[in-house]
Amino acid sequence: MTIRGQALMAGRAEAPALVLAEPLSFWGGIDVESGVVIDRSHPDLGTRITGAVLVMPGGRGSSSSSSVLAESLRLGTGPAAIVLAIPDPILTVGAIVAWTLYGVSCPIVVCPIDDLVTGATLAVESDASGTATVSVRRIDLE
Amino acid sequence: MLNGDAGPAPAFAMQMLAAFARAVGAPALLDITGAHIDGCLYHGQVSLDFAERLAGSGGRVRVPTTLNVGALDLIHPELMRMPPAAQTPARRLMRAHEELGCEPSFTCAPYQTRFRPKFGDQIAWGESNAIVFANSVIGARTNRYGDFIDLCCAITGRAPAWGLHLDGPRRGSILFRLTGFPSSLVVTDALCVALGLIVGRAAGERVPVIEGLPAATEDQLKALGAASASSGAVGLFHAVGITPEAPTLAAAFGGRAPDSRIEIRPADVARALAHLSTVPDDTPLTAVCLGTPHFSHDEWRRFLQLLRGTAGDRGVPIYVNTGRATLQELQAEGALDDVGGFDVRVVTDTCTYLTPILERLDGAVMTNSGKWAHYAPGNLGVQVAFGELEDCVASAAAGRVARISA
Repeated sequence: MTIRGQALMAGRAEAPALVLAEPLSFWGGIDVESGVVIDRSHPDLGTRITGAVLVMPGGRGSSSSSSVLAESLRLGTGPAAIVLAIPDPILTVGAIVAWTLYGVSCPIVVCPIDDLVTGATLAVESDASGTATVSVRRIDLE
Repeated sequence: MLNGDAGPAPAFAMQMLAAFARAVGAPALLDITGAHIDGCLYHGQVSLDFAERLAGSGGRVRVPTTLNVGALDLIHPELMRMPPAAQTPARRLMRAHEELGCEPSFTCAPYQTRFRPKFGDQIAWGESNAIVFANSVIGARTNRYGDFIDLCCAITGRAPAWGLHLDGPRRGSILFRLTGFPSSLVVTDALCVALGLIVGRAAGERVPVIEGLPAATEDQLKALGAASASSGAVGLFHAVGITPEAPTLAAAFGGRAPDSRIEIRPADVARALAHLSTVPDDTPLTAVCLGTPHFSHDEWRRFLQLLRGTAGDRGVPIYVNTGRATLQELQAEGALDDVGGFDVRVVTDTCTYLTPILERLDGAVMTNSGKWAHYAPGNLGVQVAFGELEDCVASAAAGRVARISA
């Protein structure tokens, strides 16, 4: 299955999906040292986002989330890619900064996310021209 | 600019701005006349790498640009209770922004400096309370900018043409009506804080319109906006008959009908204020914290008058955050020579809820700020009592939470 979408940040990644039930604010929501969700009000509290294709309805909250995403990518605790249902400028800025300063890639794509499930291996291809695809490679049912 | 003909720093900033504009769906960029940068607060190595990369490649801001608070009080370093190793990157970050040509204002209230924008000015501001003040009280136009992108706007002199820069999105969409208050309603600071908290929680990112507020000083509107941007993501509010884009209810909504209506009653106000305090009256205090957002000259005058007219032991330190420019003005006037025997500790360049300044974190702290009360328990782990300025001074004198206001 391949889903077409809009590229907010170009790049390629292939990794297991982590689908969050609710939007997550990186500031106050992620521990940058460990990549673990620390927002006590979030249903995925305690989950580690490191290396995953992070799938969520949208971003949320403080503009300091740009810094937290970029810092997590610098430290290697951030996600491999982000797939959103609606565009989020704050996360986009964080990904651009991490790529420009450190050469760490975190493509960001906007597309329908209803058919994506945690554990499925996703291939994200996000093009500088603005088009993107998210392909489901394999679904490992736990 | 994008292809580098203006140098590497503007090209980098323009590249980021173009990507940001695409993400928010802005079809074009517009010129700005000023910026306020919220990037001086250290969030990790990336904060410093970004500013030093721009500074190191010859980056300069193209428009007058003020700086928000940093993590350090550079004027009163003796107040800092942060290990020296942690102070080094925080200081470098503040310096790097000065090298980019930003004004070392280090205040969250740039609207209280000579860089205050005018009605209709297109600007790119960071810092939630400053954004809501500029849009609502002055009628200048900015979106809620933040980390990195505010500096990209300053370096390019441009901002994406979308959102609160444009007429349509500035119209109100949700109506809050004060209901059941006496006709002789006296507008207190605490009422404004409560309204801000209630409005912010319900409005989220929508533009709220407040009807039924008889009057408010600029400092009260500042407190209202700061509270609304703490409990929610308000970037602009209208107060009918008070703020410049809301001479009438119809004007505030641009002739359209509100999407939804919410009534605010006296009991709602009382409940919102009660939630701000985590300790009961009579609780012993370790400090009083004022000036979040930074105390204005008018607030200082009122405060100093209260200090000189209050008797008591005065053993509790009173920390007051304020801008450098305001402090210089007060010093020039000799206004701080008589603080009525109180232990007044002036804090500039930063804020007591963001960084280790308070001597004691093991007790309750009293504040007149909705924003401080909202964030400090989480940031500092302290207990909080909220009250009017008069209550705060009386409590500092009594050493415990006392309430003298009606």
